[in-house]
Amino acid sequence: MTTTAASTPGSRAATAPAVEIHDLRKSFGSVQALDGLDLTVGAGQVAGFLGPNGAGKSTTIRVLLGLLRADSGSARLLGGDPWRDAVALHRRLAYVPGDVSLWPNLTGGEAIDYLARLRGRPDKKRKAELLERFELDPTKKARTYSKGNRQKVALVAAFVSQVDLLVLDEPTSGLDPLMEAVFTEFVREAKAAGTSVLLSSHILSEVEKVCDTVTIIRGGRSVESGTLDDLRHLTRSAVVAVVDGDPSPIAAMAGVHDLATTANGVGTRVTFDVDNSEMGRVLPAISALGVHAFTAQPPSLEELFMRHYGDELAADGVPAESTRSQAGAR
Amino acid sequence: MSAVTAAPPSSAPARSGGTTLTGTWSLVRFILRRDRVRLIAWSLGIPLLYLGALPEYVLMADDPAGLQARAALVRSPAMVAMTGPGYGTDDYTVGAAVANELVLWVVLALAVMSILQVVRHTRAEEESSRAELVRAAVVGRHAAVVATASVVLAVNLVIALLSTGVLVANDLEAVDSLAMTLGIAVSAMTFGAVALVAAQVTEHSRGATGLSMAVLGAAFTLRTIGDMQEPHGSWVSWLSPIAWAQQMRSYVDLRWWPAAIGVVAIVLLLVFASALASRRDFGGGLIPDRRGPADARAGLRSPAAVVWGQQRMSLLWTALGLGVMWLATGTVIAQIPSMTETLQENPVYSALLGEGDLEKAFLGIIVLYAALGAAAFGLVATLRAKSEEEAGRAEYVLATPVSRSRWLGATVVISSIGTVVVMLTGVLALAAGAAASGVDEPSFGTIAEAGPLYVPALLVLVGLAAALYAWVPRATALVWLVFGYTLVVEMFADLFDLPDWARRVSPFWWVPDSFTADVDWAHVGGLCAVALVLFVLAFAGFRRRDIATK
Repeated sequence: MTTTAASTPGSRAATAPAVEIHDLRKSFGSVQALDGLDLTVGAGQVAGFLGPNGAGKSTTIRVLLGLLRADSGSARLLGGDPWRDAVALHRRLAYVPGDVSLWPNLTGGEAIDYLARLRGRPDKKRKAELLERFELDPTKKARTYSKGNRQKVALVAAFVSQVDLLVLDEPTSGLDPLMEAVFTEFVREAKAAGTSVLLSSHILSEVEKVCDTVTIIRGGRSVESGTLDDLRHLTRSAVVAVVDGDPSPIAAMAGVHDLATTANGVGTRVTFDVDNSEMGRVLPAISALGVHAFTAQPPSLEELFMRHYGDELAADGVPAESTRSQAGAR
Repeated sequence: MSAVTAAPPSSAPARSGGTTLTGTWSLVRFILRRDRVRLIAWSLGIPLLYLGALPEYVLMADDPAGLQARAALVRSPAMVAMTGPGYGTDDYTVGAAVANELVLWVVLALAVMSILQVVRHTRAEEESSRAELVRAAVVGRHAAVVATASVVLAVNLVIALLSTGVLVANDLEAVDSLAMTLGIAVSAMTFGAVALVAAQVTEHSRGATGLSMAVLGAAFTLRTIGDMQEPHGSWVSWLSPIAWAQQMRSYVDLRWWPAAIGVVAIVLLLVFASALASRRDFGGGLIPDRRGPADARAGLRSPAAVVWGQQRMSLLWTALGLGVMWLATGTVIAQIPSMTETLQENPVYSALLGEGDLEKAFLGIIVLYAALGAAAFGLVATLRAKSEEEAGRAEYVLATPVSRSRWLGATVVISSIGTVVVMLTGVLALAAGAAASGVDEPSFGTIAEAGPLYVPALLVLVGLAAALYAWVPRATALVWLVFGYTLVVEMFADLFDLPDWARRVSPFWWVPDSFTADVDWAHVGGLCAVALVLFVLAFAGFRRRDIATK
């Protein structure tokens, strides 16, 4: 199961999900790290794995890699048992840890070659391309790399191998926005080649850019999961419109929240939130008022996230507006 | 942090509100607070070292013949390499012996302390970016360097005074004791000043430490060459700061001026360091870090290749360093018959060496030392697996198609081979040294044979370390307890009158004594079996457990 597996991912896609976790439990002493977690990554899909620090993302990934043994529940990886079949399964995946620790006496280039050779598929041309795109100097000793550069080494080492599954644990921590964009491109490229991706993150915009499905976890259990559209369906869109007529009747409609109006040179500027399920009934009502301008923004994952973790995030002082500007991207 | 301007009086050109030394006193207090345990340990440790070593010398005061036999011994080239220029050996006294034989080692210890202390508070701080926080406060550009140097100097002086107290309490002349310990302090501080220069030159603390240690090694070598060339040292000796302390001739014919060379050297080095510091950027070095290859060599494709890359230099230096030491020890053995009578009258020695043929007993002890050296190397090498795991590198490699057994096997196999290499080269060096100086009983072959006989016992210790690491990684320190126990049993079992069962716990107890008795192959086989069981346990356990998460 070496090169053929990577070149014909379609056949595998039909057979088994890349990751299938059901009711997974794991405790460290008195700390319950995973408490009945469910997670599925369909073959060829990019799955976002979201949660605040300490929610159990890394523990889940370590169980999937056969580094930790789960207390109970089931975990399947590429159709195999992550603990028993670890070595065989690892031929088909690449892993990027959240906090990359390299061998101080090796250069970045040597570490990349070493990891790629362990997986058995080194590719010189591909390595050169990745080094150039990530702007990484491979001749420096690993102990002199910054955090961001260590992360780049791990990313290059992961993308250099053609694999069936990429397991990425907060892979962009320490990268600047330009490099994050390069990373996003390579994830899309991997997806186009049929590779499944499990991308753990607490950065919503990153997941939103590339993921097909999202699982949100908290306290070691999944609290929400589905496609981005599925999740958005549960939420509201933000509407801004400039109209001729009096918009106040709309405030009374079912599913409309927080309506506000201001006088405008052309007419009346109205802003409100509307449940996506009610959008179909609200639109004609607005249309009837004579519309000059209209925008409706789909909710960002940030908003989904705030709904699940609102209290904790507020307590941590995380600003709610930080990624709102990117919300309409899709 | 308030703008306290309280620089040491010797180095304060200006005292106004904002000099480059602003904040020095605050930093001194901060260093003392941060390092209080480590500095107290050094300050008490060195005087305790004197306290432990002195009884042996004081005993000799009532034994003039023994002193002269010892003087003859330390005049031999091999002993000159491990002691000093040999002042007073024509009429050896307790003081002369202490100065001649101890100064070298105390200087080495304190030089290492000074180097580590300086690098820790200069380059290492800068590298970690903690220094950036401090420098951004009301702290002058030179404050950190001056504070570091002041603390190291103060600690060296405190150690000198406490040591003087210990020496005087053992009936040694006060002035000479003070001169000797101050000379040592100056010599050690010279290496601290060297480290201060090195910290300006390299970008990373490892580089600064390495460079300073290389200078220390060169100083050791120069002194050795010079002292071996001529009695009391040739001009080559004088190139070494270590010699400046030794050349003060304490307890023989005291002269102070060699210490002045050290003081001048320290001042010059500090001026040089400050000139370099003014020329470079914060965080930068004068020599950029060396680059390495962009592609790995073809052989780097297994965990074993990486472990070998990590361990080969320490293996080389351990085997070489210990080898040279055992070679030198071997050449001394020819002189043992002349010491025999005096040694047997000394109660400590006779308890150590036991009854019977002294030469063989002495050789047996040296072989034991060689085995303990190899064991220490083996334990350190094996337990590197633990630091690899703690650093997260085990996790990273085990996420590739590398099995648990292959990963652990790489470390265990290479550490075991290294342990065997250190043991065999050590004993071969000892045998070669003995043969070269004309010892033919026991023969070269008999001495060399002792090496392989220790191998099974060494593998038991390595296997124990591996098994502990595999099953209870938190408890790996226990293996050092076993190591220490082995040492105590082998050295002092008769002195303490330990019961038989307590001796049998030590793996070395089962090693056949090839000098005096025939080899009991049942014991050899038993040790091999225990080692095998421990290795099997280690691999079985490591396959079972969770890999530590950070």
